[in-house]
Amino acid sequence: MSKITIPLGPQHPALKEPENFMLVLEGEQIENATINLGYNHRGMEKAAEERTFIQNMYLLERVCGICSHSHTTCYVTNVEEAAKAEVPERALAIRVLVGELERVHSHLLWLGVAAYEIGFETLFMYTWRDREQVLDCLELLSGNRVHYSINTIGGVRRDITPEQKNEVLKRINFLEERTKYYIKVATEEPTVRARAANVGKLPYEVALERGAVGPTARASGVKRDVRKDAPYLLYDKLDFNLITHDSCDVFGRVVVRALELMESYKLIKQVLNYLPEGPLTVKVPPRIAPAEVVNLYEAPRGEDIHYLKTNGTDKPERLKVRAPTLANLQSVTYMLEGGWLADVPLVIAAIDPCMSCTDRAMVYDRKTDKTQVYDWEDLRRLGIEAYKRKGVDFSKF
Amino acid sequence: MKLKPARMLSEVLTHLFKKPATSGYPFEKARVTARFRGRIDFDSGKCIGCQMCVRVCPSKAIEIPLSEEQFAAPPVQQGQPAVPAKKQFDCIMKLGSCVYCWQCAETCPKHALITTQDFELAQIDPSKLVRHYK
Repeated sequence: MSKITIPLGPQHPALKEPENFMLVLEGEQIENATINLGYNHRGMEKAAEERTFIQNMYLLERVCGICSHSHTTCYVTNVEEAAKAEVPERALAIRVLVGELERVHSHLLWLGVAAYEIGFETLFMYTWRDREQVLDCLELLSGNRVHYSINTIGGVRRDITPEQKNEVLKRINFLEERTKYYIKVATEEPTVRARAANVGKLPYEVALERGAVGPTARASGVKRDVRKDAPYLLYDKLDFNLITHDSCDVFGRVVVRALELMESYKLIKQVLNYLPEGPLTVKVPPRIAPAEVVNLYEAPRGEDIHYLKTNGTDKPERLKVRAPTLANLQSVTYMLEGGWLADVPLVIAAIDPCMSCTDRAMVYDRKTDKTQVYDWEDLRRLGIEAYKRKGVDFSKF
Repeated sequence: MKLKPARMLSEVLTHLFKKPATSGYPFEKARVTARFRGRIDFDSGKCIGCQMCVRVCPSKAIEIPLSEEQFAAPPVQQGQPAVPAKKQFDCIMKLGSCVYCWQCAETCPKHALITTQDFELAQIDPSKLVRHYK
């Protein structure tokens, strides 16, 4: 049978974000898959170099809508470490609390997306309805449903009152009941099992070799979680289990995320009952002495890495973000190869991809064999020129 | 693990008798929590024109220009040095650029930027998104 290459994306109904997968098909089966990144590159790392540390808080919150707290916490820990600031324990506890609420909201969202890709729309509607409860908790604590902006350099911006604590506990208890039901549905309902089992196989050795992170790695039996391996914030004082599953397929990823929800509820209750007394912030000077720092954070999708280099001014010299999806994309090509075309949306959705957070670009001139770095002004000028050629004039703005 | 077909059937049937989970906005007023971050208002009487909010704004949404109308200097008292008039400042807030983080209101040393819970700010005419507070 002759081989045929089809592009999946950048615009495709199955993908919510623009990314291109070139699939070489033999009949209905995928023989080879390649991923092309770069359709949604936003130049955020460069933009961060032009802004002060406090302005970058709000820029980095927008790296990802769903893990907005993960990125700012990782960044702010870097800044505090570079400035050698001691953050009060109450602030750390509030960061853990918002981080875990965020994980609950992200996993419930993913459960809905997975149900939707499976074709189980009832489960999709129910999980998304219940997700409103956790979004309400986040709005109650921080003032916003998505971009919480609760972190600030040296601590957090909002305190937790006893009434809010009771309200959050009430909603979490409700969600716990609902999640127990969803775990039953996901594991006992034959439609979920039939669609997700043995799809997108990623054996233990391959997951290790390709550096899978987060729930994708844990569903292949890899015991990898930053909260356990290199505890940050207060995680070394809290009691929770590392969830793994050894089925190495999409079904395992559903189970891992559903069981992780229960662990997150446990963590939220522990933090709410712990909350040490004390101030919320410490003062951090606007200018930070030259330093280089790297920090890890277990985002809902996996390990998030931030690198920060300061140079004594109030702006970073270099900021680097490694979003978890970039690490997991290496595994996606393996999962797709040998599978069926109809499984592609489900397999891609199973890593919980966040393409816009991942996108990056480097300029490589093949003729002269040189890599080139553009600064903010150059990128702006090139952008205006590129649009001018298409007939749109942005130079007036 | 034992498989149970039609696991959701009873759940689906009970939902036939429940109220919808969605709200009737815009016919029903949407509620926001007390900490919700909405539009920023401005009190010209308190502003000292230090430009701290302009410097801290992540989206360059604020400008604090001098007002067109300025108060006259108070009359010079005998034997006292002349006191200059208190300068008046306006605030130009670009609601289209604002990311509603409230960092400006937290930075303002005189609390001249007032936080509100307004969120119904959509406009058909983009020029109306630039608010000039006097």
